[in-house]
Amino acid sequence: MTLPPALVAPVDLAPLWLIERVARTIFSGVLRSHPDLFERLGDYRQTRYLFCPLDLPLNFLVVPAARTVQVSRKAKRPLSDACIEGPLVLLLGLLEGRCDADALFFSRELSVTGDMEAMLALRNALDDSAIDLPTEIGSLAGPLAPFVARAARHVRKRAFEERDATWN
Amino acid sequence: MTDARTPALSLGPVYYLWDGPKWRDFYFRIADEAPVEHVTLGETVCSKRQHFTEPHVAEVVERLEAAGKTVTLSTLAMVTLERESRHVRDLIGDSDHPVEANDLSALGLVKDKAHSIGPLVNVYNAVTAKVLAARGAENICLPPELPMNSIERILQEMPGFSFEIFAFGRMPLAISARCAHARSKGLSKDNCQFICGQEPDGLPLKTLDRQSFLVLNGVQTMSNSCVVLLDELAALKAAGIARVRLSPQDCDMVAVAVLYRAVLDGQMESEEAIRRLAGIYPGVDFSNGFFHQREGAAWIARGRNAAMGHG
Amino acid sequence: MELICPAGTPSAFREAVDAGADAVYCGFRDETNARNFPGLNFSRPELRESIGYARSKAVQTFVALNTFMRAGSEALWYQAADDAVALGADALILADFGLMAYVAEKYPDQRLHVSVQASASNRDAIRFLVEAFGAKRVVLPRILTVQDIARLTRQIDCEVEVFAFGGLCVMAEGRCSLSSYATGKSPNMNGVCSPASHVKYRQDGDTMVSELGAYTINRFGPDEASGYPTLCKGRFEIGDAHGYAFEDPVSLDVVDQLDALREAGVSALKIEGRQRGKAYVAEVVSSMKKALAAPASERNALVARLRSMSEGQRTTAGAYDKRWR
Repeated sequence: MTLPPALVAPVDLAPLWLIERVARTIFSGVLRSHPDLFERLGDYRQTRYLFCPLDLPLNFLVVPAARTVQVSRKAKRPLSDACIEGPLVLLLGLLEGRCDADALFFSRELSVTGDMEAMLALRNALDDSAIDLPTEIGSLAGPLAPFVARAARHVRKRAFEERDATWN
Repeated sequence: MTDARTPALSLGPVYYLWDGPKWRDFYFRIADEAPVEHVTLGETVCSKRQHFTEPHVAEVVERLEAAGKTVTLSTLAMVTLERESRHVRDLIGDSDHPVEANDLSALGLVKDKAHSIGPLVNVYNAVTAKVLAARGAENICLPPELPMNSIERILQEMPGFSFEIFAFGRMPLAISARCAHARSKGLSKDNCQFICGQEPDGLPLKTLDRQSFLVLNGVQTMSNSCVVLLDELAALKAAGIARVRLSPQDCDMVAVAVLYRAVLDGQMESEEAIRRLAGIYPGVDFSNGFFHQREGAAWIARGRNAAMGHG
Repeated sequence: MELICPAGTPSAFREAVDAGADAVYCGFRDETNARNFPGLNFSRPELRESIGYARSKAVQTFVALNTFMRAGSEALWYQAADDAVALGADALILADFGLMAYVAEKYPDQRLHVSVQASASNRDAIRFLVEAFGAKRVVLPRILTVQDIARLTRQIDCEVEVFAFGGLCVMAEGRCSLSSYATGKSPNMNGVCSPASHVKYRQDGDTMVSELGAYTINRFGPDEASGYPTLCKGRFEIGDAHGYAFEDPVSLDVVDQLDALREAGVSALKIEGRQRGKAYVAEVVSSMKKALAAPASERNALVARLRSMSEGQRTTAGAYDKRWR
């Protein structure tokens, strides 16, 4: 499954700073609630990880040690140590530790370049952390948390159902 | 330098399948001409091959001993069948020669009998070597994978014990229940027609980008490159190594032994010996990466400390 | 037969326990075990907590210390053994004779299991390990047929554990230096095989090339699924022919042989996969648990999904079937 154009279009128009702020808020929330993830990464905290969702016109550069997310438009791909490219739903699955490391390499939908070991370390660390993105996103919504989380779960469920074989 | 004994040269078992007469004549020539003191012989890789050489073992042993060499009988590297278990038991029980243990079954059977440990047994530290020595091992040929740091450390902790280093030949890297050699020719292990005998120096396996990489030798996988520890002999000698092993390849092994002897005795520079070796075993890449704690395929030339590529 | 399940992280450990494991095996986060991958494995506090959780559910914990001690650094392995014993490991899984001797002498009451990495493949080998180190169980290398195993269990005074599902070593375990020949890192010395640090994927026109160190391990056409460049599962050239010289990218699966293995006297089945995710572990463990309890006719349906999750999406009975050779 790729994202429908109706969802992509607003992202195309939204100012980068806004997207970046949302992404950064989610990311620091995740790091705060999962300190073990940080420890598990070991030396790879310094790694510049680049995530390139194929169905979004954006790239996300994450450096765990700096606790930052930089968002850039597709045309300008920033320097990175390890880069992973694929459909957004697979990349989010990776973040949640739902995507098996082996799936990274067995399916050609994801392509990993640069430091393989760093990507493997991140995958393994995420697998242990049990991150639940709907909860993380929901927690940003204050009093609306349960509703936002429920909506996000619904979207995720529908996305996953369409690609059963890749998930485990 | 304190006790730099001059190491002895030792010839390991032929890992390849050579036909009976070729195998016999090889050892006759070793007996008559090669400056080696110890010879370990006998089928090590595949029990199905034993009948090729068995008829010649007695005459070969006799000739080698008449020439003053000590003879050790090699045991199988992998024992899974009842027939193979029996063979190892008989070899150890009946023989008046010491054996070289190459798997755990032999280790169990040789207790309190004179024996050696072959390079296919995992000895990575002195603690393990001491366990084996306490059970009666008199000589241990260390695995080719060990770096000099480990070799030095093991020797330091067991001064006076006889350690041997795999210093020439394609390295045995792996062994399988499955015969990749037979498979590559459309055959299975059980009906192999001894097809591995067609390649007396191993069947080259290249990458899809045509890089030389490995050779197949029946159920064994070996390095394509030939280990050459000549530059390293001085350091090994200083560390107190007792024996230097040459593993037979399908080349003039007498000439190889003469070169190694000359370098050990200080009569030839190792650089000169390496140059000559390239003529004796032509067309084969040399490697010494394991010794220098690098990938095994690497070749570290003296003084330059740089890899010369993988051919 | 007991079901022995892998855990690379505390989360996977809990999943394995909850999914019905009889025992979970795991290792410390260093080179003392043969799955020394980045981001994987257990700190001492994590192991303590995990063992406590397993105990509360009557599940055992086995700690793998199954690499070979680096000369001069033996203290690292000794410390790991000391800690595993102190934390309450139900068994230590060992490969190095020196470490076995240390554990047998210092902790004579500690259950000692022989790792597959020790490559004990016959009665004399196993008798040696029982006599010399008091081994209680041996994990057999994946080079034996079911018939070989049945003969063996009658000849020895030691429990037998065999691999049942997951990654498949083509070579006799613990006796393979192919990875270090190409990369300098090996299972025996560093606890890694075909390490990710030496993996590269390269696009050559519309062909995807996977490399390990300086060597091409495979080339995938535009419509082919690519795979991880595990050395013995690569495609190579021999003479004029190209192909998987050692083994296709397949996984081991003995579900069809469960009854035969039980009759052969096997005490425990081991699932490979400490490097796989927790979701994979949960699914494999629960499916295998159900398969063990189900009649043979229902097993295929229970494990059909597992097979699709395997490496290469295909499975083999490996050496358990004589024809594999």
